[in-house]
Amino acid sequence: MKLSKLLATAAVALGMATGAMAEDKTKVGFVFVGPIGDGGWTYEHNKGRLAVEQEFGDKVETVFVESVPEGPDAERVMTQMALEGADLIFTTSFGYMDPTINVAAKFPNVKFEHATGYKRADNVSTYSARFYEGRAIQGHIAGKMTKSNIVGYIGSYPIPEVIRGINSAFSHARKANPDVQFKIVWAYTWFDPAKEAEAAKVLIEQGADIILQHTDSTAPQAAAQEAGNVYTFGQASDMAEYGPKPRISSIIDDWAPYYIARTRAVMDGTWTSTDTWDGIGPGMVGIGEISSEVPADVKAEALALKDAIAKGEYHPFTGPLNKQDGSAWLAAGETADDGTLLGMNFYVEGIEGTIPQ
Amino acid sequence: MLRLEKRPQPSRLWTYLTPVLAVVLTMLCGGLLFSFLGKDPVLAIRTIFWEPLFSEFAFYYRPQLLVKGAPLVLIAIGLSLGFKAGIWNIGAEGQYIIGALCGAGVALAFYPMEAAFIFPLMVLAGGLGGWAWAMIPAFLKVRFGTNEILVSLMLVYVAEQLLASMSLGLLKNPQGFGFPGSRNLQQYPSAHNAELIAGTGMHWGVVAALIAVIFAYVLLNRHMQGFYIRLTGDAPRAARFAGVSPTRLVLFCLGVSGALAGLAGLFEVAGPSGVVSIDFNAGYGFTAIIVAFLGRLHPVGILMAGGLMALTYVGGDIAQSKLGLPKAAIQLFQGMLLFFLLAVDLTTNYRIRLRRKEAS
Repeated sequence: MKLSKLLATAAVALGMATGAMAEDKTKVGFVFVGPIGDGGWTYEHNKGRLAVEQEFGDKVETVFVESVPEGPDAERVMTQMALEGADLIFTTSFGYMDPTINVAAKFPNVKFEHATGYKRADNVSTYSARFYEGRAIQGHIAGKMTKSNIVGYIGSYPIPEVIRGINSAFSHARKANPDVQFKIVWAYTWFDPAKEAEAAKVLIEQGADIILQHTDSTAPQAAAQEAGNVYTFGQASDMAEYGPKPRISSIIDDWAPYYIARTRAVMDGTWTSTDTWDGIGPGMVGIGEISSEVPADVKAEALALKDAIAKGEYHPFTGPLNKQDGSAWLAAGETADDGTLLGMNFYVEGIEGTIPQ
Repeated sequence: MLRLEKRPQPSRLWTYLTPVLAVVLTMLCGGLLFSFLGKDPVLAIRTIFWEPLFSEFAFYYRPQLLVKGAPLVLIAIGLSLGFKAGIWNIGAEGQYIIGALCGAGVALAFYPMEAAFIFPLMVLAGGLGGWAWAMIPAFLKVRFGTNEILVSLMLVYVAEQLLASMSLGLLKNPQGFGFPGSRNLQQYPSAHNAELIAGTGMHWGVVAALIAVIFAYVLLNRHMQGFYIRLTGDAPRAARFAGVSPTRLVLFCLGVSGALAGLAGLFEVAGPSGVVSIDFNAGYGFTAIIVAFLGRLHPVGILMAGGLMALTYVGGDIAQSKLGLPKAAIQLFQGMLLFFLLAVDLTTNYRIRLRRKEAS
């Protein structure tokens, strides 16, 4: 059993080696969880891929597979890319974590980059964006812009990344407007235009006049447009086609600089396993144009907040902040550490409802 | 003008010919579609159908065909029994999920104990879980006359919510930093549905699928229950006169298909997938419906159809990365297969005649 397993691994590694030698171009693979035309999460990752092609031209070849289910299919697609000689593979969804680790163990010479996960290896790096920094600015604008004082929030899954966003948006909305309430709907999907539109409509019926989303499609934007007096923010991508109304701003993931830097590192032979978590400062998170619907003073405040975060003068989770049950979390002036943020599984004080378990 | 004439009996020749014809038509129209997308149609078709079997890396893809095909065949065999008798279990996806949850639940309850009885117990729990989930529409049908299509389909969405709840709560990995998803059963030797011979893709689920094919074949051809199933499908009134109990048949067909779907889920979660996660189900329960019909509801046909479907999945992903074909085009291609099958199916029961235009 042991020997045959070893042989199989050797055969796989050999296959990889022959595949790699045939190409002198650096081959970069991308595994996407949604379709590249989702207008959100996967769309931005694909833009990063195109930026890599543009940057390196003939010296690089990129391949991708879209809408790959998280599980054995992902593992097969990654293996296939590695077999066909990929030197670097970006796996762009949390659910690809275990498959990435498994495949990376079989191909020690191929570099892997897994987005939003926490498991690393000698040839597996992780990277993620500090999306919550953008949420702070979004929350501030939402707090100022709402008239009904009800902000609707479409959550994807109740995982730390999403809960962090809700907490960041809520605490800043409250600072801007003490009467604001959040209504949260869980869609249990990253990308499902029908479900997302449904969630947006439910929230609008409940009186929300601002819709924030942590799902990837533009369907909530369309639902808000139809409803009339509802504002939205672009999610993961600019979604500018819905501006200046309902979309009044956006949080953009800009993966291009990171993808270019990592590809260059593979070419130079300087690639090492790292953990990257960048925000507005290094440019991994961008704030889209704040539209003319937003009053000038609110816009100025939002931009000032953005600058403060970018320069590192302000942390979106700065005390005093209490947990939902009223127990103290951060003392005045204290900022949250990354460990707590990464595993965040509680709401801050003032949010109604419970996190689904 | 074309005219359809009902055959006195379904044509035997066409019964066997239609699946082949459907595949050929799919290749032709798919090729046309690919060429509209600016790809070389021959290369695209070749990549999908030939590459996984005979390319340089076939040593990896061939086992993957088994991994991908086994759950499809296992579920489709169960479904075909009911379909033959006119009992429509559309909710295999839900039974698949519940089977996985029950099986994984047993494993995680014993973690980290190592014992030989754990895996057999998981198999039992997986099968029972799927069976129990299928018993809900079965019971409602025989007791209250509800429509099993609607009830079983709706229960898929209930099962999906349950899956989400389990991955976020009860079965969540306590060492997972608050992220959803269970422990990885691949790292728990007593529960791991590992490859029986490394590098072959042959795991217990594949074995179970093959056994199910043989079992179904014998049942349908040599056993009274199988005769009742066929009779009920072909002539329900005659079946009633022959003393077939519709109640028992509903319970049997839904029970068996549920149990097999549950087993498929268990083998998947304990093997290739490893973890209970929110998006654990990848649509096998629905694709299996296509496989069942593509295989003409015949056990051997289903085995081949499962292989073909697995081929389009594995080959489709290769075509995506090598040729840059969009996923939607691959899905369209797979959809064409069912469409053409149903379309040319007409020739099994009808004869197409050319009719001269008559004076009106």
